[in-house]
Amino acid sequence: MITRIILAFGAVVAIVVAAWMGGSVPGLQPLIGVALPYVAFAIFLIGFAMKVIKWAKSPVPFRIPTTAGQEFSLPWIKWSKIDNPSTTGGVILRMFFEICCFRSLFRNMRTDLRSGWLIHHPTKWLWLLALGFHYSFLIIALRHLRLFVQPVPGFVETLDAVDGMFQIGIPPIYLTDLFILLCLTGLLIRRLCLPKMRFMSLVADYFPLFLILGIVISGLLMRFVYRVDITAVKALANGIASFHPVVPEGIGSIFFVHIALVSTLLAYFPFSKLMHMGGVFMSPTRNLANTNRMEYHENPWRKPPKFHSYEEYEDMYREYMKEAGLPLERE
Amino acid sequence: MAKELTPQEMMRIDLRPPTRDWMDIPTVIKPGIYCYPAKPEKVEIVGMPNGHVWSPVEEDWGLPEDWKETFLEGMRERLNKHRSFKIFMDICVRCGACADKCHFFLGSGDPKNMPVVRAELIRSIYRGEFTKAGKILGRIAGGRKLTEDVLKEIWYYMFQCTECRRCSLFCPYGIDTAEVTIIGRELLNLFGLNINWIQEPVANCYETGNHLGLLPHTFKQNIEFMCMDIEEFVGITIEPPFNKKGAEILFTTPSGDVFAEPGIFTLAGYLILFEHIGLDYTWSTYNSEGGNFGFFTSLDMAQRLNAKIYAEAKRLGVKWILGGECGHMWRVVHQYMNTFNGPPDFLEEPVSPITGTKFENAKSAKMVHITEFTADLIKHNKLKLDPSRNDHLTVTYHDSCNPSRGMGMFEEPRYVIKNVCNNFYDMPENTIREQTFCCGSGAGLNAGENMELRLRGGLPRANAVKYVHERFGVNMLSCVCAIDRAVLPASMEYWVPGVDVCGVSELVANALIMEGENDRSLNLRGEPIPGRGEVTEDV
Repeated sequence: MITRIILAFGAVVAIVVAAWMGGSVPGLQPLIGVALPYVAFAIFLIGFAMKVIKWAKSPVPFRIPTTAGQEFSLPWIKWSKIDNPSTTGGVILRMFFEICCFRSLFRNMRTDLRSGWLIHHPTKWLWLLALGFHYSFLIIALRHLRLFVQPVPGFVETLDAVDGMFQIGIPPIYLTDLFILLCLTGLLIRRLCLPKMRFMSLVADYFPLFLILGIVISGLLMRFVYRVDITAVKALANGIASFHPVVPEGIGSIFFVHIALVSTLLAYFPFSKLMHMGGVFMSPTRNLANTNRMEYHENPWRKPPKFHSYEEYEDMYREYMKEAGLPLERE
Repeated sequence: MAKELTPQEMMRIDLRPPTRDWMDIPTVIKPGIYCYPAKPEKVEIVGMPNGHVWSPVEEDWGLPEDWKETFLEGMRERLNKHRSFKIFMDICVRCGACADKCHFFLGSGDPKNMPVVRAELIRSIYRGEFTKAGKILGRIAGGRKLTEDVLKEIWYYMFQCTECRRCSLFCPYGIDTAEVTIIGRELLNLFGLNINWIQEPVANCYETGNHLGLLPHTFKQNIEFMCMDIEEFVGITIEPPFNKKGAEILFTTPSGDVFAEPGIFTLAGYLILFEHIGLDYTWSTYNSEGGNFGFFTSLDMAQRLNAKIYAEAKRLGVKWILGGECGHMWRVVHQYMNTFNGPPDFLEEPVSPITGTKFENAKSAKMVHITEFTADLIKHNKLKLDPSRNDHLTVTYHDSCNPSRGMGMFEEPRYVIKNVCNNFYDMPENTIREQTFCCGSGAGLNAGENMELRLRGGLPRANAVKYVHERFGVNMLSCVCAIDRAVLPASMEYWVPGVDVCGVSELVANALIMEGENDRSLNLRGEPIPGRGEVTEDV
């Protein structure tokens, strides 16, 4: 199992080393700083779309929501409109809580066996770490828009101001930078230290963790240790966004490490478990209303069933039925 | 074997998995865990392929030469037919939320019973045989090739999942192991690898109309015998209608209730309830099964067996269908039947003939759950009840998996029970309602030869019963599922002696005050009710 961890870690280290070395060769800088992100972004967009289309091509033959609350039934029984939705509005709310608040993960609990008793107790760690990680990532990604878009959109300025409001250090450290580091470390420790997690984890589980950690750390190093030339970075990012790419001089290798890791993440995304980002919207156990007996749900590949008809049944058992006084279609 | 292990020994469970890669841990098929293979003639009756004699503990499983192509082709076909399957193959992040939610994992500690790993058994094939990365990188990409050993492993664990969907509740993406298991079993059935405990009921149901293979006259006789018992214990005469054309309602329930204790007391409950309200209904010998072991075989088989319900309703010309207490039957009825064989436009939207209540939630599928029906009757004061007749019972309620997570019926049964019993206590909240634990023997795993698996899988449920048994003196575990009634007595006897099992309708009928009844000193089981008999025995 340790092999899986080493492989994933090794892969990320290899990317870092290659990008560091490549970034210090002026001739390779346009390749890593411009071509790579373009290609990676294209792979991301096309790959993501193709995966979603591939999923969408498979129909949803049956309406199979996992009902997590009281069904809509008799008028005097209070039903669970969100956890067991029977309306489109309810489904939208259920999906909102699922996607924005990680509702199902919030339900999580831990079961232990202690002196003859199975104890089920709520545990919010996974939920907290996952939520903290995802929101930090989202805000960090949005904050990066300031590098790509001119003039900087108002909401990005606001995010930036709020995120950096504590003004600790120079330049001030962002809260989300701290959170994402904390949450990623937590998620990694969980995977490395809990025997169950280690048992089920694949290379594909460690790799994105190391990769994103690499992105975060290289980003922080750029800001606090190596102090890359932000004007140059901005010129490069702006160039990419406006399709007039330039590679200013003196950006520093660490930047190329950062951009190579981000590009790897983008290109890797559509072929990995990270596609849960798209899949969560399409999961039939969550995004369908529990209207099963209320509305007809069509299965596009349905075939009429071959079954033992009543006539065949009566032919088979007519004598018994007659004797038992059961009514018959034909005597 | 299970019978030789004491509960204390059985409880020595190590929930920490080994440190080896799961792909390197060979699967050993153990007696007490696996079920006997399907008999060839039972496979052939329903026209399924490759019925043959084989044994899971022997080397040669009698697989056809092209089994691998069949499996992979079948998998490809199902990936294209089910978005659920396709997405669930792609998006699991192995966060571990599901790991300790499975009753089989909690009861056995077998790490391949963690839902995530059980699904990975198939996901690894998906990656290894269907994705480019997996084909090239193999295990580094989490992929493996389909070999005979892998197939055997899949078989072993597909029949260690009761499709209860508890894991899917906790999954952040709603990944439902039941979908994986359903499709996994479908694939195994492509070359005759079913278990007989499922295959024989399927074959029986196909021909005789019910799992137990009761012929028309036997089915009728069994119910009539029950009426004789009712005459003796309750003092009323009931003449139930069979195959009656023009009845208002067709009643369909699992055949297990026609056959064995304590299910037959639930059946008695139905008979007495219908008599009490003078319901115009009929039994059917042709459609004498509400349950559907086809659902544990393939969706195609489920559809074929299920077709009889609407077909019979049409033939008899009833207005709508009332369904008895059953777990997976209600998963099929609620989530599949209308799509399988509907819409039944020849039926009317269900309206209770007694209260006039329209069952809005069943207006398309036209089938109502007996507990919904009874709850409505009680709410409208249509039942004369004496709950004190159940005073010697302290009752708890086991939410069956399927009506819970595949329907959401939680309040109706509790409302009914609280109206017919004075002593009711729920089990701890993390073990009931949508978080309920499986009985441990669902999805066709209620055989005798896999008793160790059943008892292990039954542990989490039994453990919660034990809690209310010790704390509140609970001595009756009620449920709305025929499989529960068939299997929980064994589980209780092993884990929580002193707790009996009954259907909710049995409790209802015990409390029903019938016109012309006797002194009701006996319950439906013919046992004297403590404190009610004219002569109290000195003990």
